[in-house]
Amino acid sequence: MAVLSTPRSAVQLAGKGQPVREHLFRIALISSLAIAFIFLAALLTYVLVEGWPRLDSRLWENMPSIRDPEIAGAQSAITGTLWVISLTALFTIPTGIAAAIYLEEYADKSRWWNRVIELNIQNLASVPSIVYGILGLGIIARALALGFSVITASITLGLLVLPVVIIASREAIRAVPPSIREGSLALGATQWQTISRQVLPAAIPGIATGSILALSRAIGEAAPLLMLGAVSFIRFNPDGVFASYTVLPIQIFNWISQSREGFHYLAAAAIVILLAILLLMNSAAIWLRNRYQKRW
Amino acid sequence: MTSGQRRLSAAATAAIVVALSAACGGTNTTPPAGEGTASANASQAAGGELSGQVKADGSSTVAPLTSAAAEFFAEEQPKINVTVGTSGTGGGFEKFCNGETDISNGSRPIKDEEKAACDAKGVKYAELTVATDALTVVVNKENTWASCLTTDQLKKMWEPGAEGKITSWKQVDAKFPDEPLKLFGPGTDSGTFDYFTDEINGEEGASRKDYSPSEDDNIIVQGVTGTKGGLGYFGFTYFEENADKLKAVEIDSGNGCVAPSSENAQNGTYTPLARPLFIYPSVESAKRPEVAAFLDFYVANIAKIATDAKYIPLNSEQEAKLKSDLDTLKQG
Repeated sequence: MAVLSTPRSAVQLAGKGQPVREHLFRIALISSLAIAFIFLAALLTYVLVEGWPRLDSRLWENMPSIRDPEIAGAQSAITGTLWVISLTALFTIPTGIAAAIYLEEYADKSRWWNRVIELNIQNLASVPSIVYGILGLGIIARALALGFSVITASITLGLLVLPVVIIASREAIRAVPPSIREGSLALGATQWQTISRQVLPAAIPGIATGSILALSRAIGEAAPLLMLGAVSFIRFNPDGVFASYTVLPIQIFNWISQSREGFHYLAAAAIVILLAILLLMNSAAIWLRNRYQKRW
Repeated sequence: MTSGQRRLSAAATAAIVVALSAACGGTNTTPPAGEGTASANASQAAGGELSGQVKADGSSTVAPLTSAAAEFFAEEQPKINVTVGTSGTGGGFEKFCNGETDISNGSRPIKDEEKAACDAKGVKYAELTVATDALTVVVNKENTWASCLTTDQLKKMWEPGAEGKITSWKQVDAKFPDEPLKLFGPGTDSGTFDYFTDEINGEEGASRKDYSPSEDDNIIVQGVTGTKGGLGYFGFTYFEENADKLKAVEIDSGNGCVAPSSENAQNGTYTPLARPLFIYPSVESAKRPEVAAFLDFYVANIAKIATDAKYIPLNSEQEAKLKSDLDTLKQG
């Protein structure tokens, strides 16, 4: 969360012994970074080269076509993705922050149920996404009768990333120094005033970063949505929360499995669009963090 | 996954929901129920233009055909929103029999347990044959020995007993060279797999397991292209698209070698691997004007749609049957 910066003097205080080991350790760290970076660069180059001929306005102006890859576009998938992810954010961010405030500021850790809740949230963060798809199908689509619609997808994806939002928000709230709270309370503020005027504003950078990273995960999910009726062929943009929809990962998956080569280029171009949306979201996270960051 | 298993897993995950809503400290607002199932009511606009939504789901083999139909249809009725999902034949019937879709695409006929599920929910349907597929057995271009295989030879390669034993072409036929046999095929969720195992091995789902399975036919193409002793099978459309990379094997089921082709699939000589592809419209849905309009269009233009989507069109006899089946459906 980068709220706590490491003391600057640590480097100067380090001992002078074992230079070879120090060196090897540094090389190991850099090569770890290089592995991640090389794979990302290779992936980006590959999709850019493969998708370049199709990376033009047809992609967002045209609707999908099964008949001709040349006139096919991903407009319904792009708008579907934006619809689903916006609703997911609306659902999951307030819920996640509220849960984090409760757990950090109100919950009594000596009570066993609060510890059970904590443990469960940690576990939920590692449940495979297809399980959430089954949950969404059984509970949200059928029991709550919301059907195979944008809202079902959003709530399911919201549940999927909620643990991540809660954990990130808790870290951010915990990183606000206790002295801020104590000062506020000492001046006669109530607990809620302290939280809403001191703690939350100070925790915004961490919460925003965590939430946007969580949404970035949601935007790339295809597995749970396959169960929730994201269709592979739709020539209409969603016109409300109960509309049928598709999202970019599903559209990409569908195009890749087509037999005609033209669709494979189209899939690569759509991957570039998906990466661009992700990049925009991550830039927003960085901007928010820098804009609101406070140092004590 | 059967519907029973799915219900069970839904029940199991309900426990997670309870834990989760507790974790949210009661702030988790439940969305209002009952507002869903936004089944758009069709409204007749001026000039015979309809609006509304038609939901199709099911086999990924049939999806391109129904999608092509939807695309042609959009030129005529731009306000009718036809969506096509690819949950697989089984997954499609599960939704269809739950009343959640209007049309189910199938690459095999409906199974008895699926019929029972539909009956339980009171969903009535018709079975319409819309195109023909010729399951095509392919080998590497460098394979000079196997230009025609008998169904017995195929069975020898694919039957469950062959697992770990039949690893060389020489074991299939003494005339073949001692080249390692590498098999590629669709995964077990696929209707294509069901059909092939039923016809060749004599029992649906019975197959050796030590082959490279893939739900993506492109992977099978790549596998066979890259392996001299490779053999795989998939739908005829996929072979046509990749005819420059692969060699199709003629099939001998006792009446001589027959090549997979549109003509042979249509005239019924390509046995046993020519199979019909179906759509299952719901009788109830077909009463809605937008669904009826789509079905009328689909059937009336079936030859054009099938040719455009690179499927094997029906022969004239089958097409006449399709038309009369649709008429029967509309009468109730």
